[in-house]
Order: sequence, then structure tokens, then C-alpha cells
Amino acid sequence: MKLRQGTFSFLPDLTDSEIHTQVQYCIDNGWAVSVEYTDDPHPRNTYWEMWGHPMFDNPDAAAVVFEVNECRKQFGDSYIRVIAFDSSHGWESIKLSFIVNRPKDEPGFHVSREEVKGRSIRYSIKSYATDKPEGRRY
Amino acid sequence: MTIKKIDLHAELIETGVEQVLIDLDKSLIGLEPVKTRIRETAALLLVEKAREKIGLAHETPTLHMSFSGNPGTGKTTVALRMAELLHRLGYVRKGHLVTVTRDDLVGQYIGHTAPKTKEVLKKAMGGVLFIDEAYYLYRPENERDYGQEAIEILLQVMENNRDDLVVILAGYKNRMNTFFESNPGFRSRIAHHIEFPDYSTPELLDIGSSMLDQLNYHFTKAAKNAFIEYINLRKEQPHFANARSIRNALDRVRLRQANRLFKENNGLVDAEKLSTLEEADIRESRVFSGGIDN
Repeated sequence: MKLRQGTFSFLPDLTDSEIHTQVQYCIDNGWAVSVEYTDDPHPRNTYWEMWGHPMFDNPDAAAVVFEVNECRKQFGDSYIRVIAFDSSHGWESIKLSFIVNRPKDEPGFHVSREEVKGRSIRYSIKSYATDKPEGRRY
Repeated sequence: MTIKKIDLHAELIETGVEQVLIDLDKSLIGLEPVKTRIRETAALLLVEKAREKIGLAHETPTLHMSFSGNPGTGKTTVALRMAELLHRLGYVRKGHLVTVTRDDLVGQYIGHTAPKTKEVLKKAMGGVLFIDEAYYLYRPENERDYGQEAIEILLQVMENNRDDLVVILAGYKNRMNTFFESNPGFRSRIAHHIEFPDYSTPELLDIGSSMLDQLNYHFTKAAKNAFIEYINLRKEQPHFANARSIRNALDRVRLRQANRLFKENNGLVDAEKLSTLEEADIRESRVFSGGIDN
């Protein structure tokens, strides 16, 4: 099951030159771009591991694509995303976030139903991959 | 659809390269061999572009360069123009210049160098990386020096990310030669070796005059002759740094002029007085009495 998180996630995977174009758009808007990776695909897993510092002062997107590829070399079987942080007043948050790398095999999520008071049902989801400990999931 | 004919001259004007070349001619005094090389490079790149459009075999030429010459011969200035030129021609995407020296590339402890060098390289991507006094990267006398590590990363990126950045190495001629001899990898990856000649006295005078023009100063006739004499004397002294020495000399001349104005005019000055540099301002220099100016 393909993970659909962030922008462009319903499109086919972006190529390097497409990533370059998107990142250049972010940089031209003055957003700080950074690369992050994780092996826990849960949608509520907001804070991924940082791959290096956010790139505040690179005027060209080639640097980000370079870092994405470096990250792929080490964590090729994890999720890698590019995020763009807008620091302007009133926003101070992530403006754009998209996945640029995913594991070869994505097992998907298990939906568990728990019957609680008054016969209502509480749902929760859990990735099959996270049964194994961190670093051995994919 | 393939294009059959391309007008190279139209291309030259359209890309704005012509304008950069004209600016270069006008604003840089002397440096004929350098200008010729830049023209040649620009022509080659334009021809490559035309070949690409027509569908002939083409390969992005290696654009890494080395500038060698004495201090103050305009290496940094030309590097800036080069960045703009390559940007106009579409060989670098952004056309900014990142100037670094050994300190910016080489770290202080194990594991510090690689991230530092990579950080600088990333910053320069899409533009031109100018490494001033590049030979300091290589220190043969200390085998544990981290410079070698920086060199290795540089070489790797120069090779693999050729489309992303252009590296220009600069420094004094003979030391650059030694540097290239001990790092053959660099020599073969750099296609253009450009030498910056020293300026002649008339050229230095022209440079001085244009600096003064920009600041709204001018020499009297006698002052001009004194300045020519000054240049000739100064050239023979050690640590002569061409245009940079001229700038420093002019700064000191302005200092003396200011001092003179206070002494002689009871504080009453007009525009003419404020912008005229006289012979006495120059003659006061230590150079005339055998001393050394910086």
C-alpha cells in the first residue's frame, strides 16, 4: 500500500529533476528547505529524523537534490521527505512537504477496532512494518 | 523538428553575452590575454549551444578554471564577471560567486572537514566557487593535514556535479604550478589555465584615475606626474600588489589632502578644493624618501 502523505503523493514518484524544480520554487519563495527520513510511516509521526541542517543559504536546488541522494545512499529503504519552512511572521510553519523516497515494499496498515462503553467503537491504525524494532523495519 | 540555421551573432546579443563582454572591455584596464581567453571561452560555449540546437554531437565542456597571477591583478573581479557570463550563457543556473579560502573548507579536527567542505560546495551550487590561494589546501609538510580530505571531496564534486557548479582556483603563479604538480587530479580536471599579467605603469595610472573618477577626485597635472614617479618607485619595492597597492596609495593621498585642507584654508573650502589632489599630497609619501608603503 503506497503511503499517501504530503503534497504530490497521489502522483507518480517525482524524478530528480522534478524534485529540483519544486525545491527551487521553495527557495525562490525564501523558505528554508530540509531533508528528513523515518521508518515509521504512521500519519501522526510528525517529527522525522533530520538529515543534516535545514539549508538556509543555498540559492540553488541542486544542493538539496544532492543531499536527497546522499540520504538515499544511507537510508534507501526508508521514507525520505523534503520540507520547506516559511519563517515569515504569521506563518512560521511548514509550507510544503513531499515524499521523495519510499521503501521498496510497503506493507500498509492494520486497522484495530476496540469496543468501548455503550458499544461504540474506537478505531486505531498501526503499520505492519512497526512490529519490528526501529532500523529493522523495511 | 530540427533547426537548420542559427545566427551566432543574434545569439550573442540575445543572451546578453555581448553586453558582458563590452562591460569587461570597458571596465577592466589592460589584461589583454585574459580578455582574449574569456572571449574564446564565450565563443566556444555559444558554438556548443548552437550545435546542441541543431542536433550535432555536443558535450558540456569542462569549465573549471585556474587563475594565476600576482596579487592585485584582478583575479576576483574577473571571477565575478565570469560567473555572470556563464549565467548568461546558461551554464550555471544562478550565477552567484562564492569566495572561499582554506579556512572555509578545512576543518580543525577529524570529521570536521567533510561536512564543512560539502556545506561550501552546496552553497556554491548553481554558481561559481572561487577558491583564493588554493595552494594552501595542500600542505605536504604535515601528513596529517586535513587539506587533503578537502581536496578529495572537491575533486569528486568537480567531476560528478559538473553541471551544478564551476570551480575557479586562484593564486600566485609559481605556487599554483607546484600545487598542480603535487595534485595531478586537479590539473587534468581544469581545462582553462588563465594567466594574469602584471600591469604596466600607464595601465596602473589609468586604474588610479578611474578609481579617483568614481570618488569624484582628480589630480592636478603636477600631481599626475608625481604619481607616475610614485608608481615607478613603488613597483621596484617588495610587496607590490598592483591595483591593490594603487588603491591603498590613493587612500593615503586622500588622507594627506584632508589634512592639508585643514591646515591651509582656515576651514573654507569649495567643491573644487575638496576634489583636487595636489603634488604635495603625493610627494609626502615615504616611497620618495626610500621608505616602504603597503
